[in-house]
Parts: sequence; C-alpha cells; structure tokens
Amino acid sequence: MNIKTFSIGGIHPEENKLTHEVVTQVAALPKQATFPLSQHIGAPAKPVVQKGDKVKVGTMIAEAGGFVSAPIFSSVSGTVFKIDTAIDATGYRKPVIIINVEGDEWEENIDRSDKLETVEAHPDLTPEKIVESIKNAGVVGMGGACFPTFIKLTPPPTAKAECVIINAVECEPYITADFRLMMEKADEILIGLELLMMGAKVTTGYIGIETNKMPAIELLTKKCAEKFNGSKYHVEVVPLKQRYPQGGEKQLVDAVIQRQVPAPPAIPVNVGAIVQNVGTAYAVYEAVMKHKPLFERYTTVTGKKIKNPGNFLVRMGTPMKDLIEACGGMPEGDNKLLAGGPMMGKALISIEVPICKGTNSVTVISDDEARRKEPQPCIRCAKCVGACPMGLEPYLLAKISEVQNWERAEQEDIVSCIECGSCQFTCPAHRPLLDNIRQGKSTVMGIIRSRAAAKK
Amino acid sequence: MGKLIVSLSPHAHGTDTVERNMYGVIIALMPALLVSFFFFGLGSVIVCLTSVAACVFFEWAINKYILKNERNTILDGSAALTGILLGMNLPSNLPIWIIIIGALFAIGVAKMTFGGLGNNLFNPALVGRCALLVAFPAQMTSWPLSGQLFSYTDAETGATPLALMQQAIKDGNVDLLSQLPDSFSLLFAMSTDGGAGAIGEICDLALIAGLVFMLWRKIITWHIPVSIIGTVFIFSGLLHLSNPIYADPTVVILSGGLMLGAIFMATDYVTSPMTPKGQIIYGVSIGLLTIIIRNWGAYPEGMSFAILIMNAFTPLINNYIKPKRFGEVPAKN
Amino acid sequence: MIAVIVLGAIGLIAAVVLFAASKKFAVYEDPRIAQVGEVLPGANCGGCGFPGCSGMADALVKGADAGSLDGLFCPVGGAETMGKVADLLGMAIANSEPMVAVVRCNGTCEHRPRIAEYAGLRTCAAMHACGAGETACGFGCLGCGDCEAACQFDAIHVNLETGIPEVDEEKCTSCGACVKACPRNIIELRKKGPKGRRVFVSCVNKDKGAVSMKACKVSCIGCGKCEKECPFGAITVEANCSYIDFNKCRLCRKCVTVCPTKAIHDVNFPTPAPAPKPKEPAAPKADTVVKTEVPKVEEKPIEKPVETPKVEEKPVEAPVEQKPIETPKMEETPVETPKKEETPAETSVNEEKPVEAPKPPRGAFLDTESSISIK
Repeated sequence: MNIKTFSIGGIHPEENKLTHEVVTQVAALPKQATFPLSQHIGAPAKPVVQKGDKVKVGTMIAEAGGFVSAPIFSSVSGTVFKIDTAIDATGYRKPVIIINVEGDEWEENIDRSDKLETVEAHPDLTPEKIVESIKNAGVVGMGGACFPTFIKLTPPPTAKAECVIINAVECEPYITADFRLMMEKADEILIGLELLMMGAKVTTGYIGIETNKMPAIELLTKKCAEKFNGSKYHVEVVPLKQRYPQGGEKQLVDAVIQRQVPAPPAIPVNVGAIVQNVGTAYAVYEAVMKHKPLFERYTTVTGKKIKNPGNFLVRMGTPMKDLIEACGGMPEGDNKLLAGGPMMGKALISIEVPICKGTNSVTVISDDEARRKEPQPCIRCAKCVGACPMGLEPYLLAKISEVQNWERAEQEDIVSCIECGSCQFTCPAHRPLLDNIRQGKSTVMGIIRSRAAAKK
Repeated sequence: MGKLIVSLSPHAHGTDTVERNMYGVIIALMPALLVSFFFFGLGSVIVCLTSVAACVFFEWAINKYILKNERNTILDGSAALTGILLGMNLPSNLPIWIIIIGALFAIGVAKMTFGGLGNNLFNPALVGRCALLVAFPAQMTSWPLSGQLFSYTDAETGATPLALMQQAIKDGNVDLLSQLPDSFSLLFAMSTDGGAGAIGEICDLALIAGLVFMLWRKIITWHIPVSIIGTVFIFSGLLHLSNPIYADPTVVILSGGLMLGAIFMATDYVTSPMTPKGQIIYGVSIGLLTIIIRNWGAYPEGMSFAILIMNAFTPLINNYIKPKRFGEVPAKN
Repeated sequence: MIAVIVLGAIGLIAAVVLFAASKKFAVYEDPRIAQVGEVLPGANCGGCGFPGCSGMADALVKGADAGSLDGLFCPVGGAETMGKVADLLGMAIANSEPMVAVVRCNGTCEHRPRIAEYAGLRTCAAMHACGAGETACGFGCLGCGDCEAACQFDAIHVNLETGIPEVDEEKCTSCGACVKACPRNIIELRKKGPKGRRVFVSCVNKDKGAVSMKACKVSCIGCGKCEKECPFGAITVEANCSYIDFNKCRLCRKCVTVCPTKAIHDVNFPTPAPAPKPKEPAAPKADTVVKTEVPKVEEKPIEKPVETPKVEEKPVEAPVEQKPIETPKMEETPVETPKKEETPAETSVNEEKPVEAPKPPRGAFLDTESSISIK
C-alpha cells in the first residue's frame, strides 16, 4: 500500500482515540434546545419564528442572512421559548433561539426510513437540483470550519474543479466521530460523494483516511470498488500517513493529488480540488435523498478521566451538559472543556454551550494536563520551523506580532498560517507562539482588507 | 465541579523541554568525556569539573545579584553544558585560576551580557576559549601528552597533530607528515604513547557516538555536522591531491577540534541558523574557513575562529534564507 | 617631515571637498521647522497623529503657510506649547479643552466574581480573543494591562487588588495610546473638567439588566433613570447601557444620585453626591440589607459650587427604604420604556455594535472579520 503524506512539517501528537471501538449511541433529547444564529461562516441567520410558535423536527427556524450564510432548522419539536442571547462556543453571549422540547414530531416530508436511496433510482437529479437541495437544507462543512457547502460546489469562474476529495482523515487526537460514521454508514457516504461529484460536475473522487483507521480503509475500499468500478466515476480510497495536520485542507490536497494551494486568497479549488468532510458527505446524502435538513450530527464525547466516553448521534441544540452527564459527568477538580480536539478546539467557559453544526467533539482535559507551563526564553532551536506545515518561521512571526511590526509580519507571510498549533506543541520552551501569531494574523488580515476597500 | 480553565488552542503539548535537550547534549558528551578522563587523567578531571562549577556559579551569581531575576536559570542545563564544552576545549594542564577567568568570559561576557539563554550572538564556550587564547597564549598552546594519568600542571607537553601539519606546510616538508598518527589511531584513540591535544579532541569515535545519540533523540539535525565535515574533507582532499605537503583528508577531519566543533560547538541552538538551507551554508562556510586558517593562518587550530566568524553571520543568514513556503511550488499535474 | 606635509595636504583637500559637497548637495529646509521643533516637547509619542515631533513641526509649518493651524494639537505640551508655536509662526490658536483617559469599568474583583480560570498568554488582546474572560461579563476590563504597556507616560497602572487600571491625572497627556490598546474600548478620552471634576458611566456592558447584574454587582442595567433625571439631555441609553455626553454634562450629579447600581461615578468632587430622595408611595421593604455609600451626606452640601442645593438634604434613613423599592423596578423598567425591550430585531441590532468582537468559529483558512477591533 503506497502511503502518501504532505510535504512540509507536521508533528505526531499522542492519539488517545479512546472511543475508537465504541458504537454510536443515539443521544437522549434535551429538555431545552438552544440554537445560536451563527453556526457557520458568513452572516448570521435571521430568525423566522417568534416566541410561542410551535415547531416540529426539521422546521426552519432561521433563514440565511445573506449569500454566504445558511438556514437553521429545529432539531426538536416543541414551542419556541424565547429569542435571547446565550453563551456559545466563542465565549461571548450571542443571539440564540431557545425551544422547549415537547415530544418528537418530525416534519412530514422527511424520509425516516433506512432504505438506501441510490442516484440510479432518481434519474431526474441534476447538478443544479443537488446544489439547491444542499443550500436549502443548510448543509455546512461538518469538520469544524462550517463553510456553506453549496458555495464550495459552485466555484468562481476563474477556478475549475477537477475532483472532490473527502476528508476522512480525523488527524486530531481523541476524536472518532468520523471513523464511526464511516464504519456505520459507508454506503450512504459513498452516495453522498457521488452527489457531490455530480453537483461539482466532476468525475474523480478521493477519500483520504489516516492509517490508524485501517478497518475504515478496508471497508471503504471494498465498497468503492463494488460501487464505482465500471462506472464513469473514478474513486480512490487514499491511505495517508498518520501525521498532524494531515486533515488540514491544504495538506490533504498536497498529499492526495500532489498540488500545493498557493497563499491566501487562493483556495483549494484554485488547484482543482473541492474538499468536503466525510460528515458533510453524509449530510448531503440525507439532504438530497431523504429531504432531511441538517439538524443532527455525530459527536464524540471523550477525555481521559471521563467515565464512559462514547460517540453519539446528537440533535443540535443539545447542551453539552446533557452529553457529559450521559458519559458519567465532569471529572473532579478543575477541567478544560473543549469544543473540538486538543489541537484546534475551543475552550468553553460554560458547560451549557449547545452542540452546533461544527461541534465534532466534546473533549474534557483534566487538571494535570489543562494548565500550561511557564514559558522560558526562546532557545532558537528551530524545532518550530521544522514543525510548521506551511513552511513559515513561527518564532519570528510570534516575535514580530509581539512588537506589532505589521509590515514585516505581512512580508513574512503570516496570513498563510493555518493556526494548527504544531509550533506551540513542539516548542521546548513552552512559548505561546500561536497566541501571538493568531493576533498578528487577524490584525494583518484586517489591514489587507481595509487596504483593498480603500482602493475601490 | 471545579472551575473551568480556558485558554486559546492548542491545548496539548509535546514532551520536549529545554532541560531534555540540554541534558541530552550532556549525555551525548559523556562517552567522549570519559575517554578523555581515561587518557588525560587527573588534569582533565580537574579542568572539566572546575569549568562546570565556575560556569554554573557565575550564572547563578549574575542572575541573582546583577539581573535580579526571580527565577534562576542554572537548572535548565545550559550553564553546565557550556562548562563541559569549555573544559573540553582547554589543555588538561591549565591552572584553576585561568579556567575561572575563562568561565567568567564565557558566561558573563558572552552569554549574560546579551540577555541570557537564547540571546547570545556568539557561542559562549568558544568565546571563553578564544579569550583565554589571546590573554594567556603560552599556557593555552602547551598541550599535554596523553597517557599521563596523575599529572596536572606538571604534565609533559608535546606537539599536536595540527602543529605538525602546519609545520609541514610552512617548511614544505612532506616527511613531517609521516609522524602523524594514522586515522585509525585518531579514530579510536589507540595511541597512548603521546597524542597531544585538548581534552575533547582525543577520541573521535566517542564524539561520533554522541552525534548518533543526538540525532536519534532529535536534539539536532544532520545538516550542520555533515556539511562541515563534508566540506573539510572535500577541500582538504583537493589540496592533498594538488600538493602532498597537505595532509591526507581523513587525517584532517579526525585531528584537532574538528569533530568536537562540528558536532557540539557549531550545532549550538542559539548561534546557528534556523533553516536547513541556512544551516548548510553555515556549515560549508565554517569548513572552508577552518581549512584556510589551519593551513595559511597563524594558529594551528582554525575551528573556533571559523565558528565564531560564522556566528556573526547567522542573523544575516536568518534574514535572507527563508524556508520553502507551502504553495510556492507551482501546481504540477 | 614628508609624512606630515602629505597628511596635511590630504586633510586640506578633504576639507575643501567636504565643504563644496555640503554646499552643492545641501537640502533646503525651512528654518522654522527646526525652531518649532525646539519648542515641541520632543517625546515623539505620536499623540498628535504625526510621526514624531519633527513630523509635527513639519505639519505645523505647512499649516501656518496654508493659513490655519486647525486640527493640529500636541496633547503632551498642551495649550501652553501650542501657544508658543503659534507665536513663533505668527498665528493665533483656539483653545482646546484638556482631556484625560477614563476607564469606564468598575468590575473589580469584589463586584465581579470569577467563573473560569484563564491559562494562556496574559494580554488583554489574547484573553479577549479567547472569550469573555474569567468573569461572566463579556464587555468588562480584563485586567492584563495592555493599556499599561501602551502608555509611554507612566500614567496608567493596573491596581492589583481591584484588577482595574487607574489613571494618574497629572501624568496623563491624553495621547490615546491606551484607548487604542484596549480591545474592548473601555477607555475613553473625556474632558478633564473644571478642577478635574467629571461624571461618567463606569460600565460598558451591553447585556440585558438581569444578565449583567448576575455578572457584576455594579453594572449599568439600562434602566434609564439617569436619562430621565438629567436636566441637560446629556445622557442616552443605548443597548442596555447608559452614556453621558461630556460636552453636555454640567456636573449636577443628579444621575449619580438616582443610579440604582451606583454605576455612574463622579470624580474629584469635594463631597459625595447627595442621597436619593425618598419616594412618597413607598411600600416599605425595609429589611433588605443594602450597601449605602452616602452616610456622610447630612451636613456641608451648602459649599458645593455646582450642586442644586437644599432639595437633597435628607436624613440617612431614606436611602435604606429607597433601595428595596428601586430593585424590583429594575426588572419592570424594560416594560415601561418599550424601546428597550428585546425583540428579535433589536437583538440583531445589537450585533452591529462595534464593541462586540465577533470571534470566527474555530477552523482554519477562513476569510473572516478581524476579531480584534483596533480603532
């Protein structure tokens, strides 16, 4: 088996895939579901319900707030309690819709059966219809970035898509949601991939999987061969070396088709690749074939001191507290609660934060590992330079950001940083490299944007 | 339930620490150190121990009384490492008071005045050595012969292989070169009958074992040692082929402080470039400079000066040599 | 001997060459620029908006030639220096009010409990990007001292006991560096006021009253009492937070008296603001234990120069009965003034306020708004 990987940098954190073998359970319905209006990149959604309205599972409760936006659908049936603000994953109070749950009544047009709907059985599907269904179902990137999928499938005229790459890498430690999804819903995922290829008007597809998920590689390779051999599609399962951040878009494209996406504002479609998370592929299948909008997802709840970590099929809007309690409750002492994995996840200040479209994991890091060590001066060992997957010099970017020399920061390509955290992970002096770089990056991006706006 | 702890990502950290790296280098030096103690005896033990003690003491004192830092950095291993490296560059009959002055130069002038660990421009051990060489040239150029286990300042001294090589070039006399130990003996330090040199120059095999250990532990990368040794080998090989008064390249790379310098001194984190391409340029330049100083310069040993000169160029190299950025490569089909 | 002659000749030739070059290649600079530069303080703080004092001197001379020195002001030197510059350039200069930096947050450790522990890089900008901070107030001071680091005049220091920065009025030159450094726009440049007296709302919390009170005991709840009370129309309440326009404020301190949470502060007044007067239809709930800050108010109000006298001379007991009544009113007030009630439209209006810093969701390679608003 030829194992590919990306060309620059990378690190190897401890896997900690504690829930690899735990079969997905369906999470219990919450008593109250909270839906932040901003669960995606772009303009926040605008509510279309009011206090007191009755909703069913699958009812649209907020419409897209602009072109780059997505609608939000209720994952529960009940009554709208209020439209208020609540703390979400950003750590700030943001507008939310709160629904009191009553029963579990679904919208009539959603197909709840287990029957596998193939593309052949629906000859009237066209690329435009597929993209429209995806847009109306509110499908966004489920890997955490939450970019509206329908926009990715319709690239700008300057870029031509050549292939669809499914990101089933899951390089972050602890998270196993995508793995379980592949083991349990492989057929659906492949139909989702077919729909994505149809929507993007390409005939080549790849599925990138890390070698620590051999059962999934074997299963999908077999099913791919059965489904796509002899068809007009060329689909390949690509085993990838276990390395972080293999799951980053640019690194994935580099590893699978050996093309490097240039610095921003270039995106993968500029080199011909459309990258979608495997959870998104599943959501596309459900949206197009089962008329089911996006309101539930596979999420891992894990942590070394969690009593019963597991994988859940959870309705969005469920407070994390419910899931954690189902797994045995928060451990004793001070903990760090993360939405996402330990490398790029967001630390939350409340356990009531709801599960959103991009929450692929709830990770609890306990006391001994939760605090950072005291930083020492930089010893110029250059290990961060060796670890950076984008070929940058983190020690230099961090220093420049600290002294606020934005011109030099722009020259040193700070906007190329993907904020993966490899540099800070590696640094023997425990320096807060990414904290400084992130600040510099957002300031420089603001400067570039205002410069472009002033030119117009 | 206790408090929730928040911070920005990443929330995990690798196992690497500054201490692990510094003590790792010290462990890598142990084989060479022990072999040297075996060959140079009591003198080398005294010199090395004094050097380490003086370096650690000066770092502690400067941190506490002059800089008034709350956290004293002596435990991170870098002061001890400087002490060992300084000791290994000195002859084993050097009096204690000179060693202490050397340590003061190394730690006080070369390291702490620049701002402590991470901020020095020049390699502290080499600055200490060169300061002593200039201040006490007589004591610093009398090298004890190996094999004298119990002598210290009264050890008998002799000509080092490097002195012989330089003499051969000056006089144009090829016969002097036949007095050199062969490469086999240099490698394994088999000759106890009088090979002279600094404490750390005696057994190249032990030094190479240290290199292998550091590469395995990922403390350093191969670029600097290989580029230095490779350049010296090729350059001295070309010279040897052109004129036999120049010594055999294998003898050249195994004699003097070349191995010690290439593996332990030039690879010092703080004073070497940060990118692989920069490191190769750095190494090649050191190699060339070493041979030039050795063959046509005033001193028989050119390694320390070559490294110090290139240390001055390191910021320039860092400024202009950037790593290959992701996406610079045009998309290939 | 020859050596001396040769050296002397070389010296002479070099001197001639240098003299000729300095004359031929001389750049003409208006001599007034150097003169003005002498008068300016030389701190190169950038508070005038120009690159250093030499840049300011250049701009001043250009302005004088253009006919007006409007918009050019050195905050460090103040009106005195500007007067000297104007004399030098033969211009008249309008007087401008001295300003001072004001920290509009009173969420000390005592008033605002900690609910989380922050374990990352200890700068305000980093903590602001991470989330609300260590307390439940997402608008309040983070106490890491970015303002202190930005100040070049040693005029602002974080008080380690309260966690809030304090401004030294003597040293503050109102250059604005701390205002720019604060990621939450808590610091504002306000008029110093006559004898240094000023009144301001020490809160920028835009959450609803009930929510902000849970986070901090002295937060502004947007009840609007101050707005109603102000006889000069200087106060506006927007997005659950009150703001006093320092150009209209006449320092009467009626707002200080009526504020139920003591969110409005008066600074440098010789005596505290008078106690709130008791309301006649009082349903006494006198058992509530309430902190009062006005026990000393009985005598002395007569000397206050800008006070509206006599009405406020009331015994101490009245405030004890006042407060409990006012507390329940805090929740009802949003109903009384319907424009402050939250509707979905209103909520989304809050979104556009520049104080909020939208943090992009976690993930890479995003084209999003800057999460640090640097004004």
